[in-house]
Amino acid sequence: MSRIGVFVCHCGSNIAGTIDVEQLAQAAREFPHVVHTDDYKYICSDTGQQSIKDAIAEHKLDRIVIASCSPRMHELTFRKMLESTDVNPYMLEVANIREQCSWVHKDKDVGTKKAIDLVKMAAAKVDHDAPLFTTAIPINKRALVIGGGIAGMQAALDIADAGYPVTLVEKEPSLGGKMVMLDKTFPTLDCSACICTPKMADVGSHPLITIKTLSEVEQITGYVGNFEVTIREKAKYVDYDSCTGCGLCETKCPSKVTSEFNQGLGLRKAIYTPFAQAVPNKPTIDAAHCRKLLEGKCGVCEKVCAVNAIRFDDVDTTSTETYGAIILAFGYQLINWQELYGEYGGGLYQDVIHGLQFERLLNASGPTEGHIQRPSDGAEPKTLAIIKCVGSRDPHKGRSYCSRACCMYAAKHAHQYLDKVDGAKCFIFYMDVRCAGKGYDEFYMNTQHDGATYLRGRVSKIYEENGKLVCLGEDTLSGSQVRVDADMVVLETAMVPADDANRIGSMLGVTRDKDLWLSEAHPKLRPVETNSGGIYLAGTCQGPKDIPDTVAQASAAAMKVAILFNKDELESNAMIAQSNSSLCNSCGACEAICPYQAITLEEITRRENSVMVTRKVSKVNPSLCQGCGACTVACRPGAMDLKGFSDEQIMREVDALCQW
Amino acid sequence: MSVVESNSDFQPTVLAFCCHWCTYSGADLAGLNRMNYPANIRLLRVPCSGRVNPQYVLTAFNKGCDGVLVCGCHPGDCHYVSGNYFAKRRMMAFKRLLEYTGLEPERFQIRWISGSEAGKFRDVVTQVCEEIRALGPLKHSASFEAFAEQGALGTVNALTPANKAEEVVEND
Ligand SMILES: Cc1cc2nc3c(=O)[nH]c(=O)nc-3n(C[C@H](O)[C@H](O)[C@H](O)COP(=O)(O)OP(=O)(O)OC[C@H]3O[C@@H](n4cnc5c(N)ncnc54)[C@H](O)[C@@H]3O)c2cc1C
Repeated sequence: MSRIGVFVCHCGSNIAGTIDVEQLAQAAREFPHVVHTDDYKYICSDTGQQSIKDAIAEHKLDRIVIASCSPRMHELTFRKMLESTDVNPYMLEVANIREQCSWVHKDKDVGTKKAIDLVKMAAAKVDHDAPLFTTAIPINKRALVIGGGIAGMQAALDIADAGYPVTLVEKEPSLGGKMVMLDKTFPTLDCSACICTPKMADVGSHPLITIKTLSEVEQITGYVGNFEVTIREKAKYVDYDSCTGCGLCETKCPSKVTSEFNQGLGLRKAIYTPFAQAVPNKPTIDAAHCRKLLEGKCGVCEKVCAVNAIRFDDVDTTSTETYGAIILAFGYQLINWQELYGEYGGGLYQDVIHGLQFERLLNASGPTEGHIQRPSDGAEPKTLAIIKCVGSRDPHKGRSYCSRACCMYAAKHAHQYLDKVDGAKCFIFYMDVRCAGKGYDEFYMNTQHDGATYLRGRVSKIYEENGKLVCLGEDTLSGSQVRVDADMVVLETAMVPADDANRIGSMLGVTRDKDLWLSEAHPKLRPVETNSGGIYLAGTCQGPKDIPDTVAQASAAAMKVAILFNKDELESNAMIAQSNSSLCNSCGACEAICPYQAITLEEITRRENSVMVTRKVSKVNPSLCQGCGACTVACRPGAMDLKGFSDEQIMREVDALCQW
Repeated sequence: MSVVESNSDFQPTVLAFCCHWCTYSGADLAGLNRMNYPANIRLLRVPCSGRVNPQYVLTAFNKGCDGVLVCGCHPGDCHYVSGNYFAKRRMMAFKRLLEYTGLEPERFQIRWISGSEAGKFRDVVTQVCEEIRALGPLKHSASFEAFAEQGALGTVNALTPANKAEEVVEND
């Protein structure tokens, strides 16, 4: 027979003001198995807690009900308190008579009556509480970072500097992401390569960081502290151990291909390092364009290589390793504007380009060596139109969100263009100018002083006429139609999630929002965590942002990993699902409904009705189960139950409310 | 001549199954903001709306609740990824079944209230309690009785989403 103690808190006058606490304590004394009741001014205070401990010892209580504020407030406080008593910390129920009674019902009689009901339900539930225990989960102190842009590099460096080994997986041949493609960065106009390549070099030479380029994560299973990750490293056809990176092969290679790094505006070879400061600074062969690999002819690179590093027989390799934490940092891509904006030519006009292409035109190591030349004929454009929000804030065409960095880099583009081209005219079509950030608005104002003309309105059409690109738009401030005859047009296009966001997100149980950006656990208080333990977000895979915000988030994510790795073990959740194998009929409904892959069907052999039977039954992994209880309702034979919120307990609460 | 019964004195018992992460927090916020709503509501905290078995709802009606609410996170916002989605499908089907047995639609409602929507919590509770007060005490129809009696186990279990098309093998 259980021995329940009920403790009613006055919370000063917060509760006692509108609820008759003595009447409540008295009423509770009549509930089944309640052997002791009491009321205090502040139960959560040290003296309040001590008096409960004393009552537990004196009345040999084995479970307690506390009628006080919301369990979201003090359930943990009281669990902690029970740790120093003989009562298991989970033999506790909290009746919420403050938020749900005294604060919302003015009439004392009505409030007291409801409070009695709530305590009744809690007493009925606590009567069926069972002692619960946590288990210790070991932590593998190695981190995996997916994506080698500025976010991934910063996170990897911070974790490695904290003393933990990191593997950095990047799908392209070099680290750097978009940042290393940029010419200068707002608002200070530092040369992007000058601040990005030293970071790349630091990552490349850090003894605790293993870089895997041309690699992708194929499969991830497991849970916080223990992720099993399979990584596919694509064939590079070059042995990086012997290659010295001299670059002779690249100069001799006869196959020319459009360069991804230059956003299609320049050429590269079939054997190539994407750019001069690439990390690792060694070439890869692009199998889709290599004559030797396609036709069996050529092989010039092999002939000129002094250290015999070329491997035409190279193949993809996969490896599986265990990591304790994962940081997702696979960034963004630009929206496919050609598909969506037929009115802008849909890709027909060579001189309508996007922002990242413009960055490459501005860059001294870009395809035009930093001279602004239009792609069609190499002429210097004397009139430039910049169109913002192409795909952003446009729910009918692209996305409804703001891409956040474009207002600033559009101003940057205008500034750089006006700086480089004499007698140039620059028109910027915009919806709003959003330049919140340190030094950002000043930067925008400077661009206006440079002579950029801001026109508030969207461009409805771009077409070619007499060698000009005619932009027809609206100036909503003057209420008139505008026409700009431009030599070149730069579209500042929307950031959208990377291709793999959905695949990796669903593999890890990280939710995506309506636009497929990865969702953080809480938009304000847990911005770098996800709802899956041990998985953190850094950079633009979580949503559009600029470099300062990306770096800040990356360091925050690294800190979370360091905090996790600072412990040796993790405590598992005690309130998790459990399966009764003798009731389980192996239907697998629980396995299918579990959002955490915490349930598996396992074969067992045992004696049933005096014969040995082998069959499959469901098994819950206590490290993975988060205690949602979805499986319990899906289970038709009633084999699954949730500890702490069992069927029995909930039914007893309903009973108590209706019948006691 | 019809006699319109006045239910103004009637105090219904309304049970609300509330997800800990959203509606329960919303109710806490309503308390913090000292909002007022009818005292007929009793909250039963569950970790997720997906934890609510139709059986509980049936039991509540069978044992004398005049109304039942199931509240969870807005679609897409489930703390546990997909629980509210299953709850929605399951409870909507169950609601129609209950209505088929004669239960008034107002008596069983499914609502999505987030942790920040204290005002919505107050409004929903007020509306539901008033609607049920107007309906008067629950009277069980014969078909409801029959359903609650023996249909409970079989029918309710059949409502649980079976992602695997398999025969339900009854256990001994
Ligand atoms: C035209 C333009 C100009 C800009 N100018 C500025 C500026 O001046 N100042 C500023 O602060 N910001 C600027 N930005 C924004 C800036 O580019 C981003 O803030 C920054 O690059 C985000 O870094 P990231 O690491 O999150 O993403 P990314 O740079 O996109 O890096 C992601 C990395 O992950 C890799 N990856 C993707 N998928 C996978 C996968 N499945 N597996 C492994 N690796 C993967 C990618 O190859 C890439 O290397 C500009 C953006 C644009 C488009």
